[in-house]
Amino acid sequence: MSLVITNLHTSIDGNDILKGLSLEVPPGEVHAIMGPNGSGKSTLAKVVAGHEDYEVTGGSVTMDGQNLLDLEIDERSRAGLFLAFQYPMEVPGVTMANFIRAARQARLPEGEEIDAVAYYKELYEKMDQLGIDRRFTSRSVNEGFSGGEKKRNEVLQMMMLEPSYCVMDETDSGLDIDALKVVAGGVNSMRSPERGFLVITHYQRLLDYIEPDHVHVLADGQIVRSGSKELALELEKKGYDFLKEETPVAS
Amino acid sequence: MTATLDRGNVLEREPGPLDGVPDWFNASRQAGWARFQELPMPSRRDEEWRFANLRHLDFEGAQLPDPQSMGEHRGASGLEKRAARIGFFNDEMNEQELNLPEGVICLPLRLALEEHSDLVQEYFMKSEYPLGSAKFAALHQAHVSSGMFIYVPDGVVVEDPIEIFHWLAGDHVITFPHSLIVTGRNARVTVVDYFQSDTSARNAWAIAVNDLVAGPGSQLTYLALQDLCDQARMIQVGNTTVARDATSKSFILNAGAAWARQESRSCLEGENAHSDMLSVSIARDEQEYDQRTFQHHASARSYSDLLYKNTLYDGSRTVFSGLIMVDDGAHQTDAYQTCRNLLMSEAAEASSMPGLEIKADQVKCSHGSTSTMIDEGEIFYLRARGVKPHIARQLVAQGFSVESISRLKNKALEDLVLSFAAREFHRISERVGTR
Repeated sequence: MSLVITNLHTSIDGNDILKGLSLEVPPGEVHAIMGPNGSGKSTLAKVVAGHEDYEVTGGSVTMDGQNLLDLEIDERSRAGLFLAFQYPMEVPGVTMANFIRAARQARLPEGEEIDAVAYYKELYEKMDQLGIDRRFTSRSVNEGFSGGEKKRNEVLQMMMLEPSYCVMDETDSGLDIDALKVVAGGVNSMRSPERGFLVITHYQRLLDYIEPDHVHVLADGQIVRSGSKELALELEKKGYDFLKEETPVAS
Repeated sequence: MTATLDRGNVLEREPGPLDGVPDWFNASRQAGWARFQELPMPSRRDEEWRFANLRHLDFEGAQLPDPQSMGEHRGASGLEKRAARIGFFNDEMNEQELNLPEGVICLPLRLALEEHSDLVQEYFMKSEYPLGSAKFAALHQAHVSSGMFIYVPDGVVVEDPIEIFHWLAGDHVITFPHSLIVTGRNARVTVVDYFQSDTSARNAWAIAVNDLVAGPGSQLTYLALQDLCDQARMIQVGNTTVARDATSKSFILNAGAAWARQESRSCLEGENAHSDMLSVSIARDEQEYDQRTFQHHASARSYSDLLYKNTLYDGSRTVFSGLIMVDDGAHQTDAYQTCRNLLMSEAAEASSMPGLEIKADQVKCSHGSTSTMIDEGEIFYLRARGVKPHIARQLVAQGFSVESISRLKNKALEDLVLSFAAREFHRISERVGTR
């Protein structure tokens, strides 16, 4: 029972991005992945979610024993995976309420309809918790949202879909400190022994608010170091340059 | 087919005078017939029919409905709150429910001619139909005997919409739905025309005219919701005149028919006149929608804004041709025109021809047209939330049309149009979702 990535190789347009990445996120743990720009952080998030632009050239990704690479994008989500986007898309004309409702509806058996009253009650509660104005339910998804509003909306979706494993792609980017605290509060409220998190970030700052159990450093498509949360502090102090002096460890 | 031969083709036989109508009306029918005879059938060489598929102008066997074949219309349930509801089955009124403020005239044309002959005459088919279908407007004029006359006197506000249902039934039937709506000074009204049919309306036709006259300071909103069966065809010519300080809003939805052509002209005749021209078309299979528009600024300081949004599936086609004309002296005019096409299939084809003719100074005008494929990034986002691909595409396509619908700025009307659109998008989605 874990999200297990083994010796993953991927490429896009013929360029190799991930070059044998291995990682295991058991339920109940928060794993942070840090790394310089271009190291493959966002690629990892997209490949795990099933983005069709990336070709998996080797390795495997399993979630609680199920081969994720065999599943379509939407099947992975329904199986319990959630990707919080670095740049959430705007979907004109589709309201936030209808968007999340469609995602919830997709999880019901054929012919079963959502209980609208219970749905809105739950939606409003979670919006209140994240400090999202209730009027946002009737606004088009992410259209005209500020960076902070978009990220809150991602966490709201995560809370409404209750996934088993959450991959969060630079959720801190574009957030001021107040928004960061709210978003982190939402994530922390979801931490449980049954749920695993893979938190991808460029900066250590996020990890002050979402405390990781493990920190991994990604460089040139591979995990080059793993350690406790102190590793993040060390990176913050020394920058990513010190990695260049070390040879990658085989994982 | 025997019945067809008995009543003859409507294009070949002159309609006789009607009993119980004023002389001027029978004279108008005659004049209409003469004009119909005189005008040539559209040809490829006509600028107004550029890109049009003339194959659809096939009136072979077209016959007036058999008055004996009266039935119930089984159209949309419509709005919850309404001021009136009138139903026509093949141009014969079969339902009427009125709850209107005092002074409002809302009568089927024949009754209106009996009771308010002079008033009807003042407005009846007074405009030109310059966008290509003058011949068919003339045919309409020669045959029209039904439809609605709605007159809202000065200062009267009709809060809830008036709904008119036009139900088309029967092989080769041709109908002539007519809506003439006049608002007095500072009056307000909303009228919804539904054009629907069952699948018996094979090779059936609706040749409709809607003339809207918005008096000074009035607000006139008009919706045409076209959801005919896939074998029916429709021509609708609409003329709107907007007086000083008046606001007119018109909305056309195309969800049905093999072919529908709409010609909409809005003439801004006074200062601070305002016209919104909106449309959403959802085309699939071999459906074709052909829309021609004309924003005519005859007065200074007038405003018009057009937004047409088409979603095209399969091998469907749309044609949009829009002209903005700003007359000499119509200074400080704002006129905008946008047509956006969302192509859901590589075989679909959207043609757009925007045009501008400006003879005044200090005007703000823009026109633009775009055709795009669906944004795969949006689809990925929805799918990453567990939404199945065909539902994701349905939601994004439906969302695309919302921009135009939301400009109605009236929750009940927006919900009404959305329900029609959603039903059509769902139908398409379920069909392709099985692949």
